[in-house]
Amino acid sequence: MKEITISTIIDAVEKLCIDANYFIGKDVTDCMKANLEKEESPVGKEILSQILENNSLAAEKQIPMCQDTGIAVVFLEVGQEVHIVGGSLQEAIHEGVRRGYEKGYLRKSMVYDPIVERKNTQDNTPAIIYTDIVPGDTMKITVAPKGAGSENMSELRMMTPSDGLEGVIQFVVDKVKRASGNPCPPVVVGVGLGGNFEQSALLAKKALLRPIGSRHTEQKFADLERTLLEKINNLGIGPMGLGGRITALDVHIETMACHIASMPVAINIQCHASRHKTVIL
Amino acid sequence: MSKEIYLKTPLKTDELVSLNIGDKVFITGTLYTARDAVHKKLFTLLEKKEPLPFSLAGQIIYYVGPSPAKPGDPIGSAGPTTSYRMDKYTPALLDLGLKAMIGKGVRSKEVKEAVIRNKAVYFIAVGGAGALLAQTIKTSKVIAYDELGAEALREITVENFPCFVGLDTKGNDLYEQGIATYQIHEETI
Repeated sequence: MKEITISTIIDAVEKLCIDANYFIGKDVTDCMKANLEKEESPVGKEILSQILENNSLAAEKQIPMCQDTGIAVVFLEVGQEVHIVGGSLQEAIHEGVRRGYEKGYLRKSMVYDPIVERKNTQDNTPAIIYTDIVPGDTMKITVAPKGAGSENMSELRMMTPSDGLEGVIQFVVDKVKRASGNPCPPVVVGVGLGGNFEQSALLAKKALLRPIGSRHTEQKFADLERTLLEKINNLGIGPMGLGGRITALDVHIETMACHIASMPVAINIQCHASRHKTVIL
Repeated sequence: MSKEIYLKTPLKTDELVSLNIGDKVFITGTLYTARDAVHKKLFTLLEKKEPLPFSLAGQIIYYVGPSPAKPGDPIGSAGPTTSYRMDKYTPALLDLGLKAMIGKGVRSKEVKEAVIRNKAVYFIAVGGAGALLAQTIKTSKVIAYDELGAEALREITVENFPCFVGLDTKGNDLYEQGIATYQIHEETI
């Protein structure tokens, strides 16, 4: 049995919140640079250049790349051989978020209730926490700050088996079309296929954590990712929706078995600030 | 991009009518920051026929909720937020003399009509370029609704703040025209 203390977890989450907001992943930068070459629209090229400059400036000055430093979405993979000591795991995650958002000069964007008062919680908690118990004696923590501009453009639909592949393709492409410039393209599109109502949404969110350029391990879904990426980039929405070739950096699909009567499809859209950082304790 | 243009606030209508969608504009002067919560408050004041915390004439509202400033900096990261959430309130503000908005994303038919009616302009800044745009912001002070934190109403001064003309005084829409230019039509999708 390996022991991990609460204070280790708090420190780790604090650092992940800050790092995710200051330092964009190399996969995003490499993809953005490659797409700058491909973009034909002069306005689109200018926007991609500004984004690249912005992201290197954020890293250099250690400030958030975007003022919407997001809702803190935290994924935990806790090894079943791990013993957490010193307090509550959930509270440790919230405390790490609280400290990270304060020390990192990150914006506090959470409100207590969604409709009546909408009073700010002042520390960006609560975090959204997903915990998986897995074999092993390590704990993997991923923090993915998610901005609302792109989250608001997401959608879930309980499709039926008769809608078929064509139906899924049409739903995804049409969703990106309707979102247009709002989610800050070039976007990453996460698609959750199968499971049930809530699982499909979680699959779509998890799809966003995969490195840009990676493909689904099953050929049929890897092909579907390529098809969707091409169709989405044919929409002409372009960087920030002002027209151009590069609407999406990538499309990632995650899949799961589902009921004979169902075909849940969830689409979670991620802005170009595709931020997430991971640590293994 | 058609042209590069330098503008100073307060904006003058004759300068605005010469702008066309896609023009790259650099703004120097004063901007007022306001997003969802402040717009709701301004709208309530208008309904009660009470004065607003600042004069709208010739001014620009920037839709932004900045991140906190680090010590020594005037402001934190400060890029535009999505504009459609302000669509409900914008026509009334334009009719009272507001000359421009800076944000990102498409606007409603009602906003477009108010832009044309008032010879106003909608500027688009690059979303997610908050670190870069913050470098053009020289001062920032909260002038109302401090309790809203990031969403407070701020008066900020900018030097060469970069943006594009998204809706011009003629009602041309860069989103519509830009996308139509690059769309590849497929037989079936």
